[in-house]
Amino acid sequence: MSNSKTLGETLRDRGVSRRGFLKFCAATTSLMALSPSMMPRVAEALEKAKRPSLIWLSFQECTGCTESLTRSHAPTLEDLIFNAISLDYHHTLQAASGYGAEESREAAIEENTGKYLLAVDGSIPLGNPGYSTIAGISNVEMLKETAKGAAAIIAVGTCAAYGGLPHANPNPTGAVSVSELIKDKPIINVPGCPPIPVVITGVVAHYLTFGSIPELDVHGRPVAFYGQAIHDRCYRRPFYARGQFAETFDDEGARKGWCLYKLGCRGPVTYNACATTKWNQGVSFPIASGHGCIGCSEPGFWDKGGFYQALSQTQWGSAAGLAGAAAAGVAIGAGAALLARNRQKTVREEKKS
Amino acid sequence: MGELYNIPIRLEGAPWSAGNATSILHEIRHALLALLESGQETTIDLHSLPMGPADETQLRDALGQGEVEAQLDVLGKSVVRETRIPGVWFVDHYNADGHPVSRFIEITRIPAILKAQPEDIREGIARLTEQLVAVDDRH
Repeated sequence: MSNSKTLGETLRDRGVSRRGFLKFCAATTSLMALSPSMMPRVAEALEKAKRPSLIWLSFQECTGCTESLTRSHAPTLEDLIFNAISLDYHHTLQAASGYGAEESREAAIEENTGKYLLAVDGSIPLGNPGYSTIAGISNVEMLKETAKGAAAIIAVGTCAAYGGLPHANPNPTGAVSVSELIKDKPIINVPGCPPIPVVITGVVAHYLTFGSIPELDVHGRPVAFYGQAIHDRCYRRPFYARGQFAETFDDEGARKGWCLYKLGCRGPVTYNACATTKWNQGVSFPIASGHGCIGCSEPGFWDKGGFYQALSQTQWGSAAGLAGAAAAGVAIGAGAALLARNRQKTVREEKKS
Repeated sequence: MGELYNIPIRLEGAPWSAGNATSILHEIRHALLALLESGQETTIDLHSLPMGPADETQLRDALGQGEVEAQLDVLGKSVVRETRIPGVWFVDHYNADGHPVSRFIEITRIPAILKAQPEDIREGIARLTEQLVAVDDRH
């Protein structure tokens, strides 16, 4: 359960020096994609931050999001659990089971009403409550009951954020996202199939540090991590600008690491931090491994055409201009960036109005 | 993680570059002038930029190795290394498993993490005082 000690006090009790605390703050500032000049403010806020209670509910999901979470390296999940948050309920990670597990969820709700964070992975079936239940409680019922006292909700993964794979046509279970059911709580969508590990912990760290939810885009995603298109930050972007494309997965272009646009890469219409944060402790990301982005952090990505069709052949709304650029094979990569930025600008303006 | 690098698949041609190393070197030059003129310190977060192997190499080659290198054992290892451009430091933090958690270039006379912190000094004084009291008690 959460306690009254601040993070600074907890770390000192564990024998962590001020140097260690500064290192923790430097890593956290970087993790939240904040400017290093914000470090003193982050340190000041973290020093006084109280450990919030976190209740994690898993519905129609594959456990990939939890697998991803456990691979966060900065901070590690262990760092978070032992120092920064009180993870009071999580099917996969908790030791308790059966009645004991449900009692710990109920106790966390009661003790921290109005203050706890709720994380949800997986979509919620509306077709028949029996499609997915926990301890005999339907997913809808458990979500509504647990959301009632939450300070904020983090929808982890594309299933919780937008319905994801269960929502894909023909959506046999009537799957919906968290935001389709809960309208009276702040919801932070952290999409991805799965989301990048440090993006999940980064969002938790932001809440812990500032006690508020980060700035969100029109799809409810934190702008710090989802503010730029993969294409804008892709190291293969110069090849796009020069009209150098891989046509198959084993041709000269593929071997030379040229742009994967014609092989279905959805980097130009996908907003995520893969190209900068990368995966496996910063080792690589799909495009660096030779496969195009599949757009997994965008709503409805499963239903927008084959993964290996160029964007011009799919149902991604803003792809037509990009297709023209690629087909011409000329150096107008800036057009794609402009298109992407205009889209982002448009959605922010829509949000403001 | 080391195993990942051992997979025998290599890209043909030169290592990839995001073209950011030159921009960073310009930023460092400006930051050094500011440090000299007004004492203003600058930190560049290398995780916030797309960096390819070629960018890393260009940056390391241009900045080189300077006179100071320090290793800290604090919540995992940290390595602070001055480059051959005085006032420009690489600060690499690792977690307890040895995985890199953050990487900065600091433009400063000395990175803050190397300095003894007042809170730690106070605790050190308390420990030393306890020891001295114990010694006095024995005599």
